[in-house]
Order: sequence, then C-alpha cells, then structure tokens
Amino acid sequence: MKTDVVVIGGGPAGMSASLEASKQGASVVLIDVESRLGGILNQCIHNGFGLKHFKEELTGPEFAERLAQKVYQSNITVMLNSYVNYVGKNKVFVITPNGQEEIECKSIVLSCGARERTAGEIYLKGKRLAGVYTAGTVQKMINFYGKLPGKNAVILGSGDIGLIMARRLTLEGVKVKSIFEIMGHSSGLRRNIRQCVEDFEIPLLYNHTITRVVGDERVEGVYFAEVDENKNPKLETEKFLKCDCVLLSVGLVPENSLLPDETKREKFVVVDDERQTSVDGIFMSGNVLHIHDLADNATEEGEIAGKFAGLYAIEKLKRYDKVKVYFSNKVSYCMPQLVNKKEDGKFTIYLRANDNFLKKYIKVKCGDVDICKKFCIGITTGEMQEVEVEYSKIQGDLFVDIGD
Amino acid sequence: METVCICCPIGCRLKVEKVKDEIVVTGNTCPRGKEYGISEFTLPKRVLTTSVVFNSFTLTLKTNIAIDKKLQKSALMQIKNIKEKDYNIGDVVIENILETGANVVVTGKLKNV
Repeated sequence: MKTDVVVIGGGPAGMSASLEASKQGASVVLIDVESRLGGILNQCIHNGFGLKHFKEELTGPEFAERLAQKVYQSNITVMLNSYVNYVGKNKVFVITPNGQEEIECKSIVLSCGARERTAGEIYLKGKRLAGVYTAGTVQKMINFYGKLPGKNAVILGSGDIGLIMARRLTLEGVKVKSIFEIMGHSSGLRRNIRQCVEDFEIPLLYNHTITRVVGDERVEGVYFAEVDENKNPKLETEKFLKCDCVLLSVGLVPENSLLPDETKREKFVVVDDERQTSVDGIFMSGNVLHIHDLADNATEEGEIAGKFAGLYAIEKLKRYDKVKVYFSNKVSYCMPQLVNKKEDGKFTIYLRANDNFLKKYIKVKCGDVDICKKFCIGITTGEMQEVEVEYSKIQGDLFVDIGD
Repeated sequence: METVCICCPIGCRLKVEKVKDEIVVTGNTCPRGKEYGISEFTLPKRVLTTSVVFNSFTLTLKTNIAIDKKLQKSALMQIKNIKEKDYNIGDVVIENILETGANVVVTGKLKNV
C-alpha cells in the first residue's frame, strides 16, 4: 500500500490531523487499534468537551462523532482493528486482521495518545491484589460494559480522570470513601473538584498518600498517611481504611514507543512549531507529545501536525532557520521547543508552570526585549497556559518566564 | 456564597449574594457564569450523563439540559430501566424526566464493545 501521509491513532488529535493533511491535498491513511474512531473520548461519557473547538458543550462520544463524521465524509482511508508495530523511514508496518502489511508513505503523524501510570510505576506498596485498577480502566468497565469494580472504593491521585470517576462511581452506587492526593493541591480542573467531589461530599485529603494496600487475594483495605515536605509518609500518622478496590489517577505517560531511537528528546520529544520531530517527516500531536488538559487542545494540535505533515508529503513545506525556546525555573516545560523563523503569522507557545502564581505575567523574551506579555489572574501547575507570539518579532532564541 | 463556575474549563471563582431582592454574582468573566451563579444560589443543577448496557450494544446518554442536582440518582435509576430498542445518536429516550423539563438523549452507540 502507498499513501502520502499515515496518521497513527484515531482519537481527537489523529482525526483532526487526518482532516488537515487531507485538506492540503495529500492522500491519508488513518490507523486505529479499536473497532471505532474516537479513542478515549468514547469512554468519556461526561459533558464539558468542545467549548473551545466547537463552541458548544458536548460529551466525549458526541465530540468524537463530529470529527469521525468529517473523516468518513472525506477521502481519508480508515484502517480499524489495526496496530502499527514499527515505524521506519517513509514506511510503517501495521498488523491488520488479515496479517502484517507495509505502508509506504512520505510523512507520518504519531497521535497514539498516552497510557495511565500504573501501580508498579509509583511503587505502590503491598501485595499484587485483585481490585487495584487505573481510573481509566474502571471508566471503560463501567461505561462500556456496565461492570463495577467493587462496593467501597478509594482513589489515589486527584487528576481529572480520578475526579470524574469519583462522581461516576458515586452515582452508580459505589461508596467512594476517600481520595488521597500527595501534593498540596489537585492537578485536576477546579470545576471538577466542585462538581465531582464537593457535590457528593467525598473526602479529598491533600498531602496524603497510600502507604500500602492490604488483603488476601482481593483488596481489603489501605493504610494511608500524611506526607512531609519531601513527600515521604509520616508513619506516625498512618491509619487504616477499609475498602475493596483502589483506583489510581496518578498521571499519564505519552505512548511514544513507536518513535525511531534517534529522535531527539528532552523532557518530552523535541518538536518545532509545526510539530515535526528531529526525524524529517515524522510529526506528533496530542497526548503522545505532551499531556493536554482538554480534548479541544489535542484537536488543535492535531490540526497543526496534520497540516504540515500534509504539506511535507506533497513537497510544499518550506524550510526556515530555527530558534530555540528556553524557559525559566518557574516554568516546567514549553511546547514547542523549536520555532521556524517565518516572516509573518502567529504561533502559540503552550507551557506549564512549576508553581501556583497569582496576578503575574507570562513573558516571552527575545534577547532583552519582551516580544509578548500576557496577564494571568491565576496560574496553577495543573492548568496548561498558552501565549501567542508573532513570527515577525523573532530575532533569535526565545526565553519564557513568569513574572511581574 | 462562594463557588466555582463549572460552565467551562477556566473555573471562575464566583461570589453570589442576595442584595435586597436581587441575586448578585461577581467573579464571573462571561454571561454563562452569571446565569450559573444565580442557578447555583437558587436551585443547583447538573447535566447527568450515564450509559446503559444491552446485549448487542451500549448506549451513552445525557440530559439535554441540567437537572436538579438532588434528582441525579433517581433520574439515573429511571434511565437504567429503559428497554432495548434500536436507538440512534440524538434520539430522545425519555421525555421530561422526573418533570424536570429535561430530555434524556443518546450521545453515543457502541456496538461490539
């Protein structure tokens, strides 16, 4: 099989990447491992999606359906139930229900999302008992199959998926006994604390963690304790809480194992403002690149990657000199890390702060000049910030800071 | 009353008070926030979403408008009792659930999950 662009992953980022690549006039093959498009959106049955992208409040399945319809109305080739197991120079190998196939292509967009951090990765102490799940697994169990994980749940971590599941479990009749968050604040959205936790009076304990999970074959309870400033449990505060299942909402890890080994990485994979990696012709978008708060943002990033992957494939992508985006110790990371020195237009730098700030400016400097300054009432570590920069103002490397 | 607006991901911190006969909302950055603040002060409402599993497919559902927060569980019980039928996305499954004025609408249909 031959095509211009292969897009791996049919979630919001992959679908929007396919649509944009196709709009440039490139032929596109979109591959997904599931039997339907939409990715994780299909199991996110709650509302709150789409306000930014569609200017309308939608549930996950509705958001997915809108993009999927556009994909099926276009001439994009969709390959479902298919799994890419190798990405090489100008080709991908895919395992389909009919066996392994090779697809020759000119550019590739990786949009295969992220996976949830597991019990092993956070060194959760205790035996390997039945009843310990990642929050997303339970979301799929309940929403797709109608199966509950237990009767009395404890949630470790207060990321958005954990908060959403606290509400979902409560409504389905499972008692959520407590949520433990090791940090002094939640990494989830404020509105989810309000509508998923406070609405149902679920205890949310900050600066607390699970010290061990106990039981015979199934979870019978957890020991939990307060943590000190170094996040070590203060064992004298340890207490026992009876429960029969534990949900983990302790972060997402980009699933970028398909990238060629030589791809340049820092904290995340290094991409430019067109979302191209250091390997020519390989682009990335969505949670496989960095973790987004909103499906809307992943969709927008897909559009960027798809557009330029399309132009690359039809040999219309111009080359420019690139500058680097550096950042201060108040910033945890910036995306993209490289920027093409184009003559006109704008691009967006996405960033996360290292700490919470009130009434500060996000500043983008070029040399000693502030080329962009954005006032923010509140900046939290949990919420991604964005700042728009004009290409014409870029003289050299950029420096992103938060200050007065 | 102090609360957080749930209308969009910004999550504005709202202050809602009764000044004479008028409910005054401050801290909102858009008209939806004002509307939410007033509703939260008088009768808190939420959009309810759930899924119902049948033999051959799973339906995901929502109330098309927010309903009284206290009725979420009883509305859910009623939704769980719907009978299997060839529903499609956008179909109304229950009209005016629990007299709230809200319709329960299909948001997704998952075959062979």
